[in-house]
Amino acid sequence: MTRRIAARALVYATLIAATVVVLLPLGVVLLTSLKSSREMADDSGALTLPDDLLNLHNYATAFQDGRMLQAFGNTLFIVVFAIGGTVLIGSMTAYAIDRFTFRFKKLVVALFLLAALVPGVTTQVATFQIVNSFGLFDTRWAPIALYMGTDIVSIYIFLQFVRSIPISLDEAARLDGANAFTIYRRIIFPLLKPAIATVVIVKGIAVYNDFYIPFLYMPSQDLGVISTSLFRFRGPYGAHWEIISAGAVLVILPTLIVFLALQRFIYNGFMRGATR
Amino acid sequence: MRHFPRALTPWLFLLAPLALLITFTYAPIVNMVAYSFTDWDGVSPELHYTGAHNYAEIFTRQDLFEVFFVSGYYLVASAVQIVAALYFATILSFKVRFRNFFKGVLFFPSLINGVAIGFVFLYFFQDGGTLDTVLRLFGVHTDHAWLGSPVSANISLAGVSVWRYMGLNFVLFLGAIQSIPGELYEAAELDGASRWHQFRYIIAPGIKPVVTLTVILSVSGSLSVFEVPYIMTGGATGTETFVTQTVKLAFQYNKTGLASAAAVVLLLIVLAVTWLQRRLVPDSADNRMDLV
Repeated sequence: MTRRIAARALVYATLIAATVVVLLPLGVVLLTSLKSSREMADDSGALTLPDDLLNLHNYATAFQDGRMLQAFGNTLFIVVFAIGGTVLIGSMTAYAIDRFTFRFKKLVVALFLLAALVPGVTTQVATFQIVNSFGLFDTRWAPIALYMGTDIVSIYIFLQFVRSIPISLDEAARLDGANAFTIYRRIIFPLLKPAIATVVIVKGIAVYNDFYIPFLYMPSQDLGVISTSLFRFRGPYGAHWEIISAGAVLVILPTLIVFLALQRFIYNGFMRGATR
Repeated sequence: MRHFPRALTPWLFLLAPLALLITFTYAPIVNMVAYSFTDWDGVSPELHYTGAHNYAEIFTRQDLFEVFFVSGYYLVASAVQIVAALYFATILSFKVRFRNFFKGVLFFPSLINGVAIGFVFLYFFQDGGTLDTVLRLFGVHTDHAWLGSPVSANISLAGVSVWRYMGLNFVLFLGAIQSIPGELYEAAELDGASRWHQFRYIIAPGIKPVVTLTVILSVSGSLSVFEVPYIMTGGATGTETFVTQTVKLAFQYNKTGLASAAAVVLLLIVLAVTWLQRRLVPDSADNRMDLV
């Protein structure tokens, strides 16, 4: 019996230790973001409480000078178009592959599957030249096109769902004179809602967090998304940790809110997306 | 649409997806392989065929080859990460108080923006930053610059990577464990099986596919590390990884040819690892060929 109790104590001890390891670095940044530059200078250490817990001065600076409003706007623009495009592309591909037999179908499927193995980071050297030749470089359409065009996971999620929709629905509609496009729009697409929710969540978080593609394709200040705008804090605020911290908190906060609100969907979405 | 040839209908739906796929995935790969045999700088109209010179350079120039050793740190970190994820997934699959809270806390880092994580940990490892302050609480006074020497910097960055990605593995493992039917545990408990036996004979076989998949993916993962070192050190003090180096070669030093060769090498390694995985775990969760 005592062994059981000791084992339980050990379980909780490790869980609490892990919680501290996860939350401490984040908590300190939150504390730092509320300190004034004078408090930062007096070297009282990273773990002290700020004098004024409601000192939002650094947030105002980060938000205005760091152009965070513009960054959120650009991110939102890209997220909306990239997700809209991904949903359309993914569901159309899944519908065509699952519901039709046609020549070269195996080749088409193999092309999509093989593409899923190619790590996007590696091919950017050459992708850059192609994006550039379309005149998309330094526009918001470059990331949108890339996010839309290279997302195989979403196609896979849609495929699983299309397969679970009974073919008899298609056939009944066809007898009523519906063509392939009407079937896609009126029957398949509306029944894909759970898959769409999954893709919106997984893709939305991925696009919101992506640094590499906007960093590479949108060097203009005006086109900063949250990742690149935050990255630019390094130069001007190099020594002002209180302002950098405020910027980081501003970026993390929306993620936290979305996570708390949509926990269940997020766990499911990531499980579906990652085990493919 | 009646007079429309039916054989063409699927191609109408596939037109846009295939166009995007070819433009942004296959065309770059073909170009990349072509560039890799040249000395192109990415801008000038002039380029010369140099044969396998770029490939020879990657494997013989020591400063370029070093990145493979850096991947070693991340490979070890992945092992730590997988073991930790397995441990937490196992204990949280049993009844534990505040289970959802712990699950959420462990998973949350994998949702956070990489740049924010980079800054959080730059402050963490700073002189007089979070880590130093905590150590001082325990009476350890150190003026060690955590990101100052190659070994310490790489260990620190690999640690950040564990912090960031452990939760994702953990949630995947937990999902796999929870899909094991509960009656199995009940039966085992009736037979007097201990927790360890339950893990050994019920959980372990049940999650073997997803764990194997994760292990294999971590090989290509540790070669493709990019965000954390790029944001935190910019590849300074010996923390250059394969991808940060490729990005620098391509976009800072305009060595498109050499960078392409590096990218081709990475691509080949990743494909080889995936092929190996297919051979080793034919029925893994990743087996997507069942689509056809």
